[in-house]
Amino acid sequence: MKPRTIIEKIWDEHVVVENPGAPALLYIDLHLIHEVTSPQAFEGLRRRGLKVRRPDRTLATADHNVPTTDRSLPIVNQISARQIAQLEANCREFGLTCYSVHSPHQGIVHVIGPELGRTQPGMTVVCGDSHTATHGALGALAFGIGTSEVEHVLATQCLLQRKPKTFRVEINGTLRPGVTAKDVILALIAKIGTGGATGHVFEYCGSTIRALSMEERMTITNMSIEAGARAGLIAPDDVTFQYLYGRPCAPQGIEWDRAIARWKQLPSDDGAHYDKHAEIDAGSLEPMITYGTSPGMGIPITGVIPEPESIADPIERESVRKALAYMNLEPGKPLLGHPVDVVFVGSCTNGRLADFRAAASILKGRKVNPRVRALMVPGSYEVKRQAEAEGLHEIFRAAGAEWREPGCSMCLAMNGDQLEPGQYAVSTSNRNFEGRQGPGGRTFLASPLTAAAAAVTGVITDVRTML
Amino acid sequence: MKPFTRFESRFVRLPIDNIDTDQIIPARFLKTISKEGLGDQLFYDWRYDASGAPRPDFVLNQPDAKGAEILLTGDNFGCGSSREHAPWALTQFGFRAVVSTSFADIFRQNALKNSLLPIIVPPDVHAELFRLPAEAKLVVDLAAQTLTLPDGRAIEFPVDPFAKHCLLNGVDELGYILQHEAAITEYEQRRA
Ligand code: SF4
Repeated sequence: MKPRTIIEKIWDEHVVVENPGAPALLYIDLHLIHEVTSPQAFEGLRRRGLKVRRPDRTLATADHNVPTTDRSLPIVNQISARQIAQLEANCREFGLTCYSVHSPHQGIVHVIGPELGRTQPGMTVVCGDSHTATHGALGALAFGIGTSEVEHVLATQCLLQRKPKTFRVEINGTLRPGVTAKDVILALIAKIGTGGATGHVFEYCGSTIRALSMEERMTITNMSIEAGARAGLIAPDDVTFQYLYGRPCAPQGIEWDRAIARWKQLPSDDGAHYDKHAEIDAGSLEPMITYGTSPGMGIPITGVIPEPESIADPIERESVRKALAYMNLEPGKPLLGHPVDVVFVGSCTNGRLADFRAAASILKGRKVNPRVRALMVPGSYEVKRQAEAEGLHEIFRAAGAEWREPGCSMCLAMNGDQLEPGQYAVSTSNRNFEGRQGPGGRTFLASPLTAAAAAVTGVITDVRTML
Repeated sequence: MKPFTRFESRFVRLPIDNIDTDQIIPARFLKTISKEGLGDQLFYDWRYDASGAPRPDFVLNQPDAKGAEILLTGDNFGCGSSREHAPWALTQFGFRAVVSTSFADIFRQNALKNSLLPIIVPPDVHAELFRLPAEAKLVVDLAAQTLTLPDGRAIEFPVDPFAKHCLLNGVDELGYILQHEAAITEYEQRRA
């Protein structure tokens, strides 16, 4: 048999039918839904008189639009409250499990899937959210879909899909102190560009990836879409199996042994063909930070802002100029020392326990600079409980940072957690688009370590001077 | 879905690369539970200032934009979030096609499901389109897969044959998938 990649193996296993001239009908093992991209899909089901085909393969949570303040109080914004109530009502009507605002399992959809053990190697996973690739860290083929497709999956558990092309990213070397998974993925996106992997699915491999924990791997796969890849995955190994073992929805007993035997067949065969390749020498990386309004506009922390004049293509040159004007930054200057108003640690990229441990390692015994507002927003209630069990919340509070309730929060600023126009934030989230964190707000994307360092000094800082 | 027909139109120019769906429709407008009423929010933060007044220098606020059904943009249009609100807002504003050198995958899929045609042209044609006079009109012919320039040259563009069939005939994809009910059940039993 022809050698296959893990992507092809999962694909082949999930094709229900493939008619000539039409895309394949792909079976979906796990469908995650949230309040923002699902209401119109449920409305569509009602209009056609359809049911949800597999409630057991569907899981809902409220995350994008939830307040991260005291949940015992009613939601102030009436439009947000109505959207969350609509999700709850839809889940009741169609018989779906819903971890809404008051559930102990509530959290960002891409944090809770793996955490509960719902996401497993070899699965197909979809969600009406572009960061669904996060689940690829466990060796699942996971990708974001639109609301029409949410409706298709609710009704049929299937999607019409063309087979994606494959893109192998080999990352080798030992990360130096102060350099994290976030810096690796920012470096990759800066290298290949925000459209560099359009039409492709990443497989991340190499010694650096193998040495990363599951949480760090999720930071990498999470940002696949920022390079244009709808999905990105990592072949399962012992790190994956240890992470999943004993999780509430992971297989148990004899089922566990059978699952392991199956999962061990997933890694790509020797000699499998990929459509594209890239390599990253992780041992030479510095902490990374973005300067512009696209995640591909990243530089090493000690670097300088590029000159748009050096870009040959006129539209690209104009786009970088526009980004620098929005950010009010000057080409040729370093970012180090640039003042910061807000620090946000959270999101599906960096809102897990390891991320708060990293931030706490810098904030412990230090104070948040008086000019900075620092928000720590756990990715789920489970993350919050674990962090509190370790006393991390006390470190944050003692330093003067806010420790909040779980949700997407300032990653997309739907829930009222947002920047003021003109403010600068160092954020551990995944998008620095214009206005993403609030109209007129300006975002520098970086790791939790770099974010915590800026919280202390009030300016963009090389965290390696604080380790 | 209504069948997608041939049309001729002026076009709006937005010469910026990597226009993300947060620009096409900012997240704060996604609190809606409806698909309707999004045309006014299209490119909101580029179209209006903080007080809600139109920014006169933005293309959609200029008289030429009125009635234009084609948007010409920079590379990698529609990157970022998977929100289908982006094509909903574009079509409700009146656009029927977007022309670029490339599109983000999820946006392209979402657009095709909403009768918004993403048209990919080579870089030289793309550059030429930006140089055409303001009143220039283009003809979009999906059946022929061509974009015709004012001088009569027809530029071919790629489109997925299945998506083309659905657009031209107004076929609803969910209806098509539902016809495979028996195959889906058989698949589920096989893997159980
Ligand atoms: S944390 Fe941000 S990127 Fe992740 S799901 Fe929420 S809004 Fe999307």
